[in-house]
Amino acid sequence: MTPGSEAVSIAAAVHQGQTTAQAIIEATLDRIAAQNERFNCFTTVTPETALKAAQDIDRSVVSGHDPGPLAGVPFAVKNLFDMAGLTTLAGSKINRDHPPADHDATAIAFLKGAGAILVGALNMDEYAYGFVTDNSHYGATLNPHDPTRMAGGSSGGSAAAVAAGLVPLSLGSDTNGSIRVPAALCGVFGFKPTYGRLSRAGTALFASSLDHIGPFARSVRDIAVTFDALQGPDSRDPVCTNRPVDACWPQLQRGVEDLRIAIADDYFAQGMEPAVATALEQVAQALDVSQRLVIPETYRARAAAYVITACEGSNLHLPELRTRVQDFDPATRDRFLAGALIPGSWYLQAQRFRRWYRDRVREIFQTVDILLAPTTPCPAPKIGQESMVINGEEILIRPHLGLYTQPLSFIGLPVLSVPVHHAGGLPTGVQLVAAPDNEALILRVAAVLEARGIISAPIAKICQGP
Amino acid sequence: MDESKLDVATCVEQWAVLLDLPLPPEYFPGVVDNFARIMAIAKLVNEFPLPEAIEAAPTFQP
Repeated sequence: MTPGSEAVSIAAAVHQGQTTAQAIIEATLDRIAAQNERFNCFTTVTPETALKAAQDIDRSVVSGHDPGPLAGVPFAVKNLFDMAGLTTLAGSKINRDHPPADHDATAIAFLKGAGAILVGALNMDEYAYGFVTDNSHYGATLNPHDPTRMAGGSSGGSAAAVAAGLVPLSLGSDTNGSIRVPAALCGVFGFKPTYGRLSRAGTALFASSLDHIGPFARSVRDIAVTFDALQGPDSRDPVCTNRPVDACWPQLQRGVEDLRIAIADDYFAQGMEPAVATALEQVAQALDVSQRLVIPETYRARAAAYVITACEGSNLHLPELRTRVQDFDPATRDRFLAGALIPGSWYLQAQRFRRWYRDRVREIFQTVDILLAPTTPCPAPKIGQESMVINGEEILIRPHLGLYTQPLSFIGLPVLSVPVHHAGGLPTGVQLVAAPDNEALILRVAAVLEARGIISAPIAKICQGP
Repeated sequence: MDESKLDVATCVEQWAVLLDLPLPPEYFPGVVDNFARIMAIAKLVNEFPLPEAIEAAPTFQP
């Protein structure tokens, strides 16, 4: 049993006394100490509290208590989640001056309640405004599959830490693709559940209308058990649902025979590199899917998401933009300043369009259960690469990485990015998309694809070993 | 909107004053570029005819 093991396997071994939580956490801390410098995933490591939590779990096991479904499993969080006693950076220099958090974020509390052990905080783009995790204050996070390439963002540390086998689980946030983009580029699973399905209380918001949280892992089982542990109402988050918990873990093996699956066409079928198209074809063939469906006006949906994000994000940081603009990351500064000037009418039009687009997609989900779409238009670009050529057209990389993710988070659909690995090449991702609150259907499809060997998330080769 | 009549740099400068948002000169060109980009993107949304009955959701239900 190593930090590179599946979370559910670690928990089972701890439950059965085959190993201890303390041994797992010590090995995890050793691995982070040995490997983190190569990839710059962690901004903070918390050995003292992690080891104490491990001892508590071990005492619980010895005394015959159930320590939870994630007993002894190490996890880490994007550094916009509040960790009690530490200052929440949100990738910024400015927030270093904030007082330490009084409480853990709800998601952290829920995972700790399930027996998981927090070992630290992870790098991100400043205030989550980016798709690359190249942060002027805390450095770039490198892709474990090729450290000359970007990890993606904004939850890049969360994806890379899992891909490198530093932890089996992590948490990130996703406003326009910030879980799914780095998951695809780093070759791991990244799950953005339905808007409002998981509490965001105790996280630094970016654009509240579009902000989600969710887990990264290297197996479907780990995503399922983590998602189940994260569910539950929370009055501290005004958009968190009161729906009863829908445990996905017991539904994983139900198969896909009764599901109607189609490929998202038109907008989602254009502008990708061949490796991305190949991955999508592999997934579609494995599921015997050939039907294609068009979601209308998707390019406008992406535009509206852009306007809402810029407007809300800039409003949130307006006091600091007025007084400490020189302390912003140059990668976000000018965008925040420009976003502050957006007329109210443009913002409201984008919000109203969101309602219109949601209605069209609801109609589509009357005829289909799952849609397949690429996650990013390309595998991980080189660090610092500004543009690329796809189908003869030169495009800017930073905004373009969210091409296929933005329209889906715009209307809060649940989406899992599943990793497809290419022999000798970099991984790419495919999005499994469902109607709101149908996370279980997504995970059933993913379980079938994983069992058939189409998707997987092995630890990056250069990181394999103890 | 008649874009030929629009001076984006002047708009940015004046709206920033309205918002009490100082724009240091060294950042100004980048802000103007970004605002021009937002304008082009927002146009895609603003030009789309929405029925009057479509309201923004106060509590958004996906």
